[in-house]
Amino acid sequence: MASKSKNDAKSGSDSAVSMNLKSYKKDFLYSALEKMLLIRRFEEKSAQMYGLRKIGGFCHLYNGQEAVAIAAAMAADMSRDYMLTAYRDHGHALACGMDPNVVMAELYGKITGCSRGKGGSMHMFDVEKHMLGGNGIVGAQIPIATGVAFAEMYKKKVMGQKDTGVALCFFGDGAVHQGAFHESLNLAGVWKLPAVYMVENNRFGMGSAVHRVSAVEDFEIKAVGYNIDGMQLDGMSFIDCYEGIGKAIERARKDSVPTLIDIKTYRYKGHSMSDPAKYRTKDELDKFKAQDPIELLKSAMKDAGMITDEDYQNLDKQIKQTVQEAVDFAENSDEPAIETIYEDVYV
Amino acid sequence: MAEIAIRDALNQAIDEEMARDQTVMIMGEEVAEYEGAYKVTRGLWKKYESPRVLDTPITENGFTGVGIGAALVGLRPIVEWMTFNFSIQALDQVISNAAKMRHMSGGQLKVPIVFRGPNGPAEYLSSQHSQAIQSFYAHIPGLKVVAPSTAYDSKGLLKTAIRDDNPVVFMEAEMMYSWTGEVPEEEYTVPFGKAAIRREGDDVTLISFSRPMRLLEEAADELASQGINAEVIDLRSLRPLDEDTIYASVRKTNRVVVLDDAWPVASFGSYVAWLISRNCFDELDAQVELVHAEDVPMPYNHKLELAVQVSTEKVVKAAKRVLYME
Ligand SMILES: Cc1ncc(C[n+]2csc(CCOP(=O)(O)OP(=O)(O)O)c2C)c(N)n1
Ligand SMILES: [Mg+2]
Repeated sequence: MASKSKNDAKSGSDSAVSMNLKSYKKDFLYSALEKMLLIRRFEEKSAQMYGLRKIGGFCHLYNGQEAVAIAAAMAADMSRDYMLTAYRDHGHALACGMDPNVVMAELYGKITGCSRGKGGSMHMFDVEKHMLGGNGIVGAQIPIATGVAFAEMYKKKVMGQKDTGVALCFFGDGAVHQGAFHESLNLAGVWKLPAVYMVENNRFGMGSAVHRVSAVEDFEIKAVGYNIDGMQLDGMSFIDCYEGIGKAIERARKDSVPTLIDIKTYRYKGHSMSDPAKYRTKDELDKFKAQDPIELLKSAMKDAGMITDEDYQNLDKQIKQTVQEAVDFAENSDEPAIETIYEDVYV
Repeated sequence: MAEIAIRDALNQAIDEEMARDQTVMIMGEEVAEYEGAYKVTRGLWKKYESPRVLDTPITENGFTGVGIGAALVGLRPIVEWMTFNFSIQALDQVISNAAKMRHMSGGQLKVPIVFRGPNGPAEYLSSQHSQAIQSFYAHIPGLKVVAPSTAYDSKGLLKTAIRDDNPVVFMEAEMMYSWTGEVPEEEYTVPFGKAAIRREGDDVTLISFSRPMRLLEEAADELASQGINAEVIDLRSLRPLDEDTIYASVRKTNRVVVLDDAWPVASFGSYVAWLISRNCFDELDAQVELVHAEDVPMPYNHKLELAVQVSTEKVVKAAKRVLYME
């Protein structure tokens, strides 16, 4: 059954003031803050390097949405669970624990990149970290994630494996209308698959605001049609995401049932580097920036006496250093040899 | 004559046909308010409004089918695919329905629809976003398939496509939208099934279509500087195919290079090469050469993606091979 819709984050969610850190340990929150900030600084650097033409093609940045991937990764057990997402994937790659060096090197198209310079921005993969991409076709990762969930169910039921995982499937508000989404959710409902489907509802699919291309604006209600659980979360709140996604993962793991989550978030940048984003107002952007997920967590931690401004500045400095090292690593790496074009086509 | 960009030539064709025929409409992702991912529909939504210029969700299979249904009962839809890579999601509607309705209904139905958008590799996009998939469509009886290389042909062929009573797959190229060329003020159309001889020559025939035509022109220049006169043919239309123009040229030069930027296996270029081998066997002084993309998915790294793609140099080399100069 779909849960009732919470207040739309758009109408000025007050999670800023009321974010309840409850019994969360300082180290845990500090780690969440650090991970989100790493994504933010990494994306800022990516934009800068794109401007310098070190990175080419379609480059979709994750600024503003950091809480989602980090909350999911922290709520999951990435030694057994899997992540699959679309082309806006740098954040998920880092959230899975991929080395910033190899992610940046992939953006540079270098042989040291995670996909040996074959994939680029849209195709971050790391089998060891359970990051299964990075898909460029809108909605195409949803059946694939469903297949991963199927295999985990199969391994448990047929092969008696104990530590099977959950498929964490991320996609945009634009992908919800693809047949692939609907076919997958029905299969997950019928076969009771351990999957968590997360709509990163950043309000736009390219230049199309959700209401222009969707008959409904809250996507968790679509769960009803597939007899699975639905949930809505505030994507600007790390805590909300962590708790909600955590519940869905737990259900998937214990009872082998899927969940559909509509996560209200926002992308600060254009759709890709070439999009001036003229379809939205600065006011709207500012309204969301006022509930920035990193700022929200930081200020709640500050109020709780868990972090000082100085701590934060030191953390930021350290992260900027990490990102700079990733750039240096990418700069100093070799281009792939021409003969490698014939590699990685067949096993 | 005005010199305009290919994107504007296409825009004029759509605009003029919408103005003369109320049944013509255009739909696709971001075609209306955003004015097209590649700005081909600039100004049209303001002028004609929705539903004549219609934004769709990201549902290629669905809206392509909607276009086909609307065409069955009297509209002349133009379906824009943001790129041909995403048309793969709509392939079922195109192959199973658009191409078959006339046949399955024993000639009762017609499907006057145009499917259009950029095909072929762009830059730094890796393998899902950089594909030349003309062969998928050229393979299918029941479809017409055209692929212009100039602003003049882009406009003239698109007008013909919109007026045609059959489903037409109209292939552009992202890298071509800003190319400019002369387009007359007055009304004109370009017929299907008629190739264009871009340059006359006696020594070797070079054949291609769409964006790779530039490579043929450059290769012909390079060959000319070495005293070789190439005849350059732009097929413009793959289905129907102007076989007569091809054979007449090959019978004159006795040597031919076909350039198709797709993969070699079962490509349209390999079909043209087979036609020539079969129909001009006695007139050929060398085996037919096919210049094609390397048989691998497109890598992201720029040097690698250039190595995978067809090039002027590869055409020149192939021409020299058929001339026994290498
Ligand atoms: C099947 C398909 N159609 C079209 C595109 C082009 N395209 C890339 S991203 C995008 C918008 C997707 O929006 P959304 O799902 O909301 O994700 P977001 O970019 O907001 O993260 C479109 C239309 C594509 N990649 N794949
Ligand atoms: Mg979106």
